[in-house]
Amino acid sequence: MNTFTIGGVHPQPNKLTADRKIETLALPKQAVFPLSQHIGAPAVPCVQKGDTVRVGTKIAEPGGFMSASIHSSVSGKVAKIDSVVDASGLRKPAIFIDVEGDEWEPSIDRTDTLLLQNNLSREEIIERIKNSGVVGMGGACFPTHVKLSPPKDCTIDTLIINAVECEPYLTADHRLMLEHPDEIIVGIKLILKVLGIDRAVIGVETNKQDAIELMNSKLSMVSGIEVMPLQMKYPQGGEKQLIEAVTGRQVPPPPALPANVGCVVQNVGTVFAIYEAVMKNKPLIERIVTVTGKSVKNPCNLKVRMGTPVSQLVEYAGGMPDDTGKLISGGPMMGRPLLDETAPVVKGTSGILMIPESEAARREERNCIRCAKCVQACPMGLEPYLLAAASESGDWECAEENWIMSCIECGCCQSTCPSRRPLLDWVRLAKNRVGGIIRARNAKN
Amino acid sequence: MTFILTAVLVLGLTGLVISLVLYAVSRKFKVEEDPRVARIIDLLPSANCGGCGFPGCAAFAEACVKSESMDGLKCSACKKEVMQHVAAIAGHTVELGVEKIAVVKCNGSCGNRPRTGIYDGAVSCAAAALMNGGDTGCFYGCLGCGDCVKACKFDAISMDAETGLPVVDQEKCTACGACVKACPRSVIELRNRNKLDRRVYVSCVNRDKGPVAKKACAVACIGCGKCVKACAFEAITLENNLAYIDPDKCRLCRKCVDECPQHSIVAVNFPPKKEKTESTENN
Repeated sequence: MNTFTIGGVHPQPNKLTADRKIETLALPKQAVFPLSQHIGAPAVPCVQKGDTVRVGTKIAEPGGFMSASIHSSVSGKVAKIDSVVDASGLRKPAIFIDVEGDEWEPSIDRTDTLLLQNNLSREEIIERIKNSGVVGMGGACFPTHVKLSPPKDCTIDTLIINAVECEPYLTADHRLMLEHPDEIIVGIKLILKVLGIDRAVIGVETNKQDAIELMNSKLSMVSGIEVMPLQMKYPQGGEKQLIEAVTGRQVPPPPALPANVGCVVQNVGTVFAIYEAVMKNKPLIERIVTVTGKSVKNPCNLKVRMGTPVSQLVEYAGGMPDDTGKLISGGPMMGRPLLDETAPVVKGTSGILMIPESEAARREERNCIRCAKCVQACPMGLEPYLLAAASESGDWECAEENWIMSCIECGCCQSTCPSRRPLLDWVRLAKNRVGGIIRARNAKN
Repeated sequence: MTFILTAVLVLGLTGLVISLVLYAVSRKFKVEEDPRVARIIDLLPSANCGGCGFPGCAAFAEACVKSESMDGLKCSACKKEVMQHVAAIAGHTVELGVEKIAVVKCNGSCGNRPRTGIYDGAVSCAAAALMNGGDTGCFYGCLGCGDCVKACKFDAISMDAETGLPVVDQEKCTACGACVKACPRSVIELRNRNKLDRRVYVSCVNRDKGPVAKKACAVACIGCGKCVKACAFEAITLENNLAYIDPDKCRLCRKCVDECPQHSIVAVNFPPKKEKTESTENN
């Protein structure tokens, strides 16, 4: 069975919510939309305080080519444009909307009917995706219309659908495949049309056997799309790791893109969002969030309107357990800790995780014993101990020479370190600095 | 016996020949160096702190000798007299500005600024600042991981275990500015030393609106503007909900200190007040 070759770790899967059906969460009282929910330039608000909006009204335009628009997920009045502490822990500008009723834009098709065909051209599909503010739903939030317009000099031959969900605890993509397989298949066909190719592979890890079987039965009459079961290993959901697992091709270090090896990767959640955007004219205003944790009373998969405060999700799941030590937005490996529950759900919120205190606390840090476990675990073939040491001493040149910009911040090194060193923290710092140095250098030339 | 003699002769002659060769080479390829450079290097602190903008003390000394005047050349780590001496060796005159000192503009001790979370990542302010807003409700103040302590080449900054804030040793601080550069939150500023090291400054960098700032920290500047009105010398400006005292305009009257409802304006090295009006009258 296929998997990627370099590094990787095997964390406890803890998929507590794999059998829980997706439930719909009630509307919030106030929805908050941070203006930077995606990679690239923040969106620019196109509503003002006091404006009335409906569900699906565009409230912010893209702030550049690499950016995405934002739509209101609720109907009501714009209360203010202020700042909010989002999942990144930093204060960012956001639009606040007081909810009144639930009135939708009339152009949105709200029925559950499965639409199979439309006569849109390639450009029209991309335009609809762009206008609907669709971004990568796996967590990185890369604007999808940019990803679907690969550089002209690259020939694409394979579309890879990322349904790996290798992060422990999270089951949002798994449930989506079980409950909306037909929509996903239509979505894949739309992307194939945009890319002008006829081969798609859905990469799924073997712990989702029911999803593999269901997709296979649905695809028995469809040619060109296949399901590829993959051996479980973290971080198989990383773009480059998945390409290697599925096609055996290795993406060269940055600035090379997956398109350079003929692949485009889209998350299964993104495929669903593309289906809704193109066929139903529904912008990206909802997403599926796994709310889970070992001591959570009612772990669940929720369909949540964007902008809903995390506290409402936590409440639905039975409240925050007393022994909670850490509240995480995302998965345990790559998620970010939340300082409080007021942060809103954004396009990249794949899960809300409550980790018991006994597991959350980092234990005392020791000296590096040069065991090279981190080197063995790194899926990008880097030397995390060296990068961390370079970062600690501010040696940005050394970090750059040792390919720090290739790091995907998966956290394998840190989770495997027997001395419990905060390797990823240091690597992130150096990556940030080196990135700045490279940008400054490019701007000069 | 002859063995010993041969050995001594052979080694002695070899040594002699080599030394002659070395002497000849050293004469032929001699690098002419301005002797003043070496003399200046001897005067400089040799900490290579980089506060002057040159890669190290030697580079600075060379620049002093080569340049036409002392404009833009200043070793902040040197005392006034030393700088005058350096200028004299280089054949220039020097006009010295006011002496400065690093000032930590945050009073967010554990008591004043309640913790909202626990940060247990890498012990580095830069890494903590990247991770999130820190472990308090204040998004501007000191993170307390001691990047400034590590940056200081003169051992002038230490962390106060009780408050969790850095403390500058005013004897040792040379105002080289390394800590200012190291602080990711721009909490440290170089301010005038003034007479008897007396200073009045706003010990806060929080630019949030009043209620938000007040909730995060008991001694945060709330931007009420009382100090601006109280100041008779127009030394205080209010920008982004934060007051700033211009060190060049401030006359150290301390009116603003009494006026501040948040006690975020700090006066240091003043004798304890006897009467309220005494110090203001002197000015």
